[in-house]
Amino acid sequence: MKDNKGKNNIRQKQYIRSVTSHGMLVAMAIVLSWLEAQIPAFFAVPGMKLGITNIVVVTALYKMSSPSAMGINILRIILVSFMFGGPSAMIYSLSGGMLSTLIMILLKKIRHFSITAVSIAGGVFHNIGQVAAAAVILNTDGIFWYLSVLWFTGMVTGTLIGILSSQLVKRLPDSLFSLRSGGTK
Amino acid sequence: METKKKKPRYDFILILILAVAGLGILAFAFLTGGGGASVEVSVDGRIIAVYPLSDNREEVINTPEGKNRLEIKDGRVRVTDADCPDKLCVNQGWISMKGQSVICLPHKLTVKITGEEAPESKGADIVVK
Repeated sequence: MKDNKGKNNIRQKQYIRSVTSHGMLVAMAIVLSWLEAQIPAFFAVPGMKLGITNIVVVTALYKMSSPSAMGINILRIILVSFMFGGPSAMIYSLSGGMLSTLIMILLKKIRHFSITAVSIAGGVFHNIGQVAAAAVILNTDGIFWYLSVLWFTGMVTGTLIGILSSQLVKRLPDSLFSLRSGGTK
Repeated sequence: METKKKKPRYDFILILILAVAGLGILAFAFLTGGGGASVEVSVDGRIIAVYPLSDNREEVINTPEGKNRLEIKDGRVRVTDADCPDKLCVNQGWISMKGQSVICLPHKLTVKITGEEAPESKGADIVVK
């Protein structure tokens, strides 16, 4: 009886911890999205972005779980679109964000790639997803130019983001994310 | 649990594949490209005007969301001014190859170069030379 109560207590604590850390990461991702939107469009190519929000997604992917990373990203995109963007921005972001997160999850499962490499693929596939959505919506066939440019910018930004996130994953204590209460592993 | 265990890393292969695929797409864009002949302006997927690339001219395109000013000069075209918030279309600069396009997402405007000679008038503001 007493034992059971203790277990429930722990489970509840884990649950609260999990909700809190997810919420924290979503909030962080939203702030980064906002920050990124403040960077003036000095890039010659529309849709080219630094993708700093991806730092949060990659961190969640490696520190928490695949569903967490996907959930945080989707939630962030929906919230950010309601706050600053619009319906069309949401479609582009969702198709890019979901595709890149999916690819990163798959690549992580293969286990033979470093965080940076996974992030590079994520950057490229984010742009592929966005261009695909643009191709459907705008119905333009000049899309291959756009894609080829964004392909390489995605690789470059993916590398930068990957280096940053792998440092974060290495340095942040597991206890911040771990669903086990306390205790670093 | 330190992940210091020696696991073979295939990063190099992944990056190589991505780079090669990217170059492939670039090559494809080039091959299907080539000289363009006319400028096709569409709003929300509908072509509203076609101008020959050989004409030097300026046009103001009115879309439901705002205005874009086009400049066609020496076989190239660019958006010189727009009242969209991000001005990304202006920053894209000149385009001249078939298949290239300037896209203004807020206005749902695309300016595309096609290989066909300016075909039958599709827009009201086609000017006969």
